[in-house]
Amino acid sequence: MSDAPPTGLKSWLTTTDHKRIGLLYFWTALGFFLVGGLEALVIRLQLAQPNGHMVSAETYNQLFTMHGTTMVFLALMPLAASFFNYIVPLQIGARDVAFPRLNAFSYWVFLLGGLFLNASWLVGPLFHAGMLNVAPDGGWFGYANLTERQFSPGPNIDFWVLGLQILGISSLAAGFNFIVTILNLRAPGMKMMRLPAFTWMTLVTQFIIITAFPVITVALVFLLFDRFFGTHFYLPQAGGTPLLWQHLFWLFGHPEVYILILPAMGIVSDVLPTFARKPLFGYTVVVYSGILIGFMGWGVWSHHMFAVGLGPIADSVFAATTMLIAVPTGVKIFNWVATLWGGDIHGTTALHFAVGFIAMFIIGGLSGVSHASPPADLQQTDTYYVVAHIHYVLFGGTVAGLFAGVYYWWPKMTGRLLSETLGKWHFWLQFVGMNLAFFPMHFIGLLGMPRRIYTYSPDLGVSDLNLVSTVGAFLIAVSILVFLYNLWRTRRHGQRASNDPWGGATLEWSIPSPPPVYNFSVIPTVTNRLPRWRTELHGPMQDPPAMPPAPIHVPGGSWWPMVAALGLPVMALAPLTHTPWVAFVGVALLLFGIYRWAFEPFEV
Amino acid sequence: MPRIRLWLLAAALAVSGCSGPFPQSTLHPRSDFARATDVLFTEIFWWAAAVFVVVELLLVVAIVRFRHRAGRPAPKPMHGHTLMEIAWTLAPAVILVFVAVPTVRTIFATAGDAPPDALKVEVIGHQWWWEYRYPDLGITTANEMHVPVDQSVQVAITSADVIHSFWAPALGGKRDAIPGKTTFIAFRADSVGDYSGQCAEFCGASHANMRLRVMVESGVGFEAWVAQQKDGAAAPPKASLAEQGKAIYARSACIGCHAIQGVSPGVIGPNLTHVGSRSTIAGGIFPNDSAHLARWIADAPSLKPGSMMTRMQPPLSDADIAALVAYLAILK
Repeated sequence: MSDAPPTGLKSWLTTTDHKRIGLLYFWTALGFFLVGGLEALVIRLQLAQPNGHMVSAETYNQLFTMHGTTMVFLALMPLAASFFNYIVPLQIGARDVAFPRLNAFSYWVFLLGGLFLNASWLVGPLFHAGMLNVAPDGGWFGYANLTERQFSPGPNIDFWVLGLQILGISSLAAGFNFIVTILNLRAPGMKMMRLPAFTWMTLVTQFIIITAFPVITVALVFLLFDRFFGTHFYLPQAGGTPLLWQHLFWLFGHPEVYILILPAMGIVSDVLPTFARKPLFGYTVVVYSGILIGFMGWGVWSHHMFAVGLGPIADSVFAATTMLIAVPTGVKIFNWVATLWGGDIHGTTALHFAVGFIAMFIIGGLSGVSHASPPADLQQTDTYYVVAHIHYVLFGGTVAGLFAGVYYWWPKMTGRLLSETLGKWHFWLQFVGMNLAFFPMHFIGLLGMPRRIYTYSPDLGVSDLNLVSTVGAFLIAVSILVFLYNLWRTRRHGQRASNDPWGGATLEWSIPSPPPVYNFSVIPTVTNRLPRWRTELHGPMQDPPAMPPAPIHVPGGSWWPMVAALGLPVMALAPLTHTPWVAFVGVALLLFGIYRWAFEPFEV
Repeated sequence: MPRIRLWLLAAALAVSGCSGPFPQSTLHPRSDFARATDVLFTEIFWWAAAVFVVVELLLVVAIVRFRHRAGRPAPKPMHGHTLMEIAWTLAPAVILVFVAVPTVRTIFATAGDAPPDALKVEVIGHQWWWEYRYPDLGITTANEMHVPVDQSVQVAITSADVIHSFWAPALGGKRDAIPGKTTFIAFRADSVGDYSGQCAEFCGASHANMRLRVMVESGVGFEAWVAQQKDGAAAPPKASLAEQGKAIYARSACIGCHAIQGVSPGVIGPNLTHVGSRSTIAGGIFPNDSAHLARWIADAPSLKPGSMMTRMQPPLSDADIAALVAYLAILK
């Protein structure tokens, strides 16, 4: 009823407000990002010199598995989800997402799934006396048949399979929620081709999520059945084939790459026009190329498998589809450059990160073309050359794009502007650090060092390059510390943000920072793609009044999404501990939570 | 030597403080297969470098030239330009044609078919070592493949357990070793030499310790090696330490896994009939000398995490191990 949001722990645990859930996603994902980063630092320390022995082979294998799994599923996807939650409803002129309690459910499932996976670092003694960690150790790609019970008898892979199943439910629920939200809750006049580019890329991403996650769900169910019930989907000695796993995993895994990059592309497409003071160049083309990438991402999965010997025809076809996907990607880059061209570019930190995204993503994209060519890929795949490639795409690209979003929307989300001075320090340290860390990896790979090895011989001649890479990794760590300090400092000393500190064109800048619980005092009517800007055709829209003309009902919180979510990890404990009855407790919790949720009165 | 290789090497050397040479480099091709790949990569590299320079330059010029200055008039709201969109859709597409055509040509040229007179070698990946069989010559050996120079070699690859990937960069790209499936590569080495490689597909605890070598020999050298390998196992001299070693071998757990022709038929571990002729042990991670062999026999898992060769229970005495080492050393 009132503008003042409720406070206290309970109000956060039961919240169904998309803005609070967005903040919960942000802080949780940031926490996991730091965990994944620490894992990367230990990896880099081990590889700083040949014959490193800081950690054992077993621990190293757990570290790179968990680094990849954490960064993909627990850091980058949910950091993007933080902006889906907070920003998308504001950009389309809505008061919340379509299913606020389902949204809370998605968050709690994500949090619990992440904790479930990471618990494997600590609960070793419960499984094997004298062993600290039983973290997953089959790589983030979990190739069968190495991940079968015969070769991985411990609970390590069980944690991974069950954890990913839990996280998949979170992503799927959120995917459907955002599709319905974007399609159905748009303000009057917000036609599809008036949606901000970030919202468009969010929509495309959600469609990829709801189609790609079922594929990995099936792959994981097969693996689960193999491990627990003696089926042989991936067991060659019983007529199965480990290649089935690879096809299913990459059929999910390649669209997943676009799940990770498209939101960042959306952020960049919003940030550049704001700070160049110029509309996005070729909006329609940028949107359609995003949709095209979403579709084409489904036809390229076997380029992860050129070394398995699929035959020259299949290799040629997948090489061609993979190279084709470079076309819509290149089109986006040219449109971004054209957006900047002729603009009045304000060099904010957000703009730095957005331009950094373009500059680094180009490198990742070009090295990608070199392993789109199967014969070249046969030398490059599974070497550090590919490690360099993915980090230029996912760190130089996605992470930079997400940081552009953080600096851009932080004032909207918290009411305070992050320090620009610290932001520039953060940007430049990260930029130099990432190039030091990842550029030498191109050479390390071409000189013959495979990835996923815990030790290497000094004879390879890559020792000094590895040391440089490690120094770069620590420089990145310093840049992240600067960022954390910036966040901490801003809580008290950050400059207060007006409704619109940047002069943005989209609806989120028409309301207070942070927005009131109901977002818009009056739902705006949209007449064009840049509602808040004056263009040759129209003037800026009028911002909604500070006070709502009539009281706005905002639904209260609910415990039941969290209770239902809790049922899932409890169910997962049953196979993990080989205790069937625990599954019934989990199912009971889930059903009870859903039952109470379904019959919860609206007026609370 | 193509310029790209010089350029890359120079850059790598500059950064690495000249710690070369690089025995596992993909940029020193020594076979038809590796050269074809190298030529293709060089071509792609230059296209990529050209695109990189053009696009990054445009980006830098844009942010420098159009940075905010007091008094700059508001930019013209330009929404797009159809002709430009068409141009920058077609330009990358055309460049990709120049990449795709040689790519497809090279795919078919390196598809793994060799002429019928090629030397056949079967590669079997194991956790964590490589087994090589020469079906036409009746030879079984481990980790060190011998092939003659200037002769086609057809390599058939499979795995006894999990997925591995056979990779000797100087001789060509990698090919996965997949249980229940046979994959192929073919190459014709053009320079005599000792080329290193290693498993490239993550295969468990000691993936890093699954190294290999390919010895490319002159025709005469290869014939000599074949003759030596086709011989039966060497017999130790009477009343020697090696003879004691043979007796210890024959009554220890060794025989359960290892084969020595005429002594034991094990098939799980590497064939030891000619182990003394190999230059490395333990999946190519240690030199084949008595000190390393002794440590390896005493406690393999401490030298190689996860090693299937467990600690001997009850442990062998140092004297027994010394005798075993003496025996293995004479198995040339």
